[in-house]
Amino acid sequence: MNQSVMDSTQAVIQTGAQAVVQDSTDPFIFSFTVFVLAIFVGYHVVWNVTPALHTPLMSVTNAISSIVIVGAILAAGPLEMNIGTILGLVAVGLAAVNIFGGFMVTQRMLAMFKKRQ
Amino acid sequence: MSANMVALAYLIAAVLIIFALKGLSSPESSRRGNLFGMIGMLIAIVVTMQLPGVQNYGWIFGALAVGGLIGGSVARIIPMTHMPQLVAFMHSLVGLAAVLIAVSAFYDPAAFGIADAFGGLHLASRIELFLGTFIGAITFTASIVAFAKLQGLVSGRPVTFKGQHLLNLLLGFIMIGAGILFCMSQSWDAFLLMLAIALVLGVLLIIPIGGADMPVIVSMLNSYSGWAAAGIGFTLGNNMLIIAGALVGSSGAILSYIMCKAMNRSLFNVLLGGFGGEASSGGSAASVGDRPVKAGAAEDAAFLLQNARSVVIVPGYGLAVARAQHALKEVVDKLIASGVKVRFAIHPVAGRMPGHMNVLLAEADVPYDIVFEMDEINPEFAETDVALVLGANDVTNPAAKSDPTCAIYGMPILDVEKAEHVLVVKRSLSVGYAGLDNDIFYMDKTMMLFDDAKKACETILKSLD
Repeated sequence: MNQSVMDSTQAVIQTGAQAVVQDSTDPFIFSFTVFVLAIFVGYHVVWNVTPALHTPLMSVTNAISSIVIVGAILAAGPLEMNIGTILGLVAVGLAAVNIFGGFMVTQRMLAMFKKRQ
Repeated sequence: MSANMVALAYLIAAVLIIFALKGLSSPESSRRGNLFGMIGMLIAIVVTMQLPGVQNYGWIFGALAVGGLIGGSVARIIPMTHMPQLVAFMHSLVGLAAVLIAVSAFYDPAAFGIADAFGGLHLASRIELFLGTFIGAITFTASIVAFAKLQGLVSGRPVTFKGQHLLNLLLGFIMIGAGILFCMSQSWDAFLLMLAIALVLGVLLIIPIGGADMPVIVSMLNSYSGWAAAGIGFTLGNNMLIIAGALVGSSGAILSYIMCKAMNRSLFNVLLGGFGGEASSGGSAASVGDRPVKAGAAEDAAFLLQNARSVVIVPGYGLAVARAQHALKEVVDKLIASGVKVRFAIHPVAGRMPGHMNVLLAEADVPYDIVFEMDEINPEFAETDVALVLGANDVTNPAAKSDPTCAIYGMPILDVEKAEHVLVVKRSLSVGYAGLDNDIFYMDKTMMLFDDAKKACETILKSLD
């Protein structure tokens, strides 16, 4: 195999690789796919919730939406204290109120639902 | 932990959260489901804590402990009648947390790993940040207003003024304009203007909505808090947040739909507001007090109940206001012991939030398998000897079926008028939320017991022997 063939082969591979990079989906589209599918999962799961438990459903979804604590921890993560980390810490505290409060009050309510003896 | 391991752990957390909601399909599976949800949340927090960018352990644990302590104590002592306020309050915290995270992400994108080559934000991140911030901000202030109305800190009466909807529309456009400016320029001024208008809009959107419509609003804000969480998920590129946010978002949307349907109103009609003021009292309301009713004493009521084969109890929020659940439970126990078939009929809008009345009855140790939803129990009324209406009014009004001019026409109701006898416990002949008189009170087979729900239950209990 002579030099020029190798060069041109390499060129083709490079262009091909670039094409793959250019043609790969944007991370946003990937996230958006997950988002849409999750809405469908939510739709089916929530219609199956018995109406008697709609109040616990709301309190537990409250706790679940406090999953934003993940973002709050990242914001509070750096050792250097600045506006960003302080806001992050406040957000960690607020989300923690919801997580503990939400799950515990749900547990308290669910414990009340008893069958006839 | 490698990036792939982190992503897989987040996936496990997301699946556990789905199981938490799935568990709520029946009371038996719900407690285990809630446990799954807690484990999922724990995994999410632990995995995030060990990420290389997170080093501020002391402070983060401190914030977790303080928040957890507050949340835990509130959860232990909150009365069940206050659940709607608590839920509204918690929505506001999610909204505020989302806003704080968004501001922090704009301030220091590197901490989130979303910085571009110059330490700024990519266009996609800016758009996601814009959406997350304004949804979070509206959720925050709107929930505060909903909380204040439910807690009675401000009047539940709708606040309306001329040009209200035009003003909101205008503010909405300015907010979007400022948002677009922020997306193009990364300007702090545009960002803060957008944030400020979103905070004001949250207040303005909720003040025209009356107290009676708050269950819909609380459900809707539940949905918003989910979308806000999903927005933060998009900013971070974190699928677990997106999944959890989408679940909560669709859950709140479905609950809003169910509540609207139970009141025969469109969501648009609720959001425009103004319902629940004095304007809606018209039609037959004028005749209140002019028509003869058959009033009875507690002894008569006790006699009627004891000699019935089957009794269906229709509780309304008035029951909870009078704290009569426990006294009622004793009456029910006694009737069941003497061989009466007793069941409860729950209208979807009984109580102050979806499913509220079920929780209040469960708290009074009423077993959930004698508590039925409207669609299950309605065909049974024709076979029922006594329908006992306690602290409920509009949800039993047959005018909703027959009178196209009345405010609640088309709203599904409990068919108590089909029962052999109707027993209504009520303090007076006053009208309900919708400002309507109820024909049930004037039927031949109806006996009115004019008393506070709790006192009525206690005196009936004494006469039951």
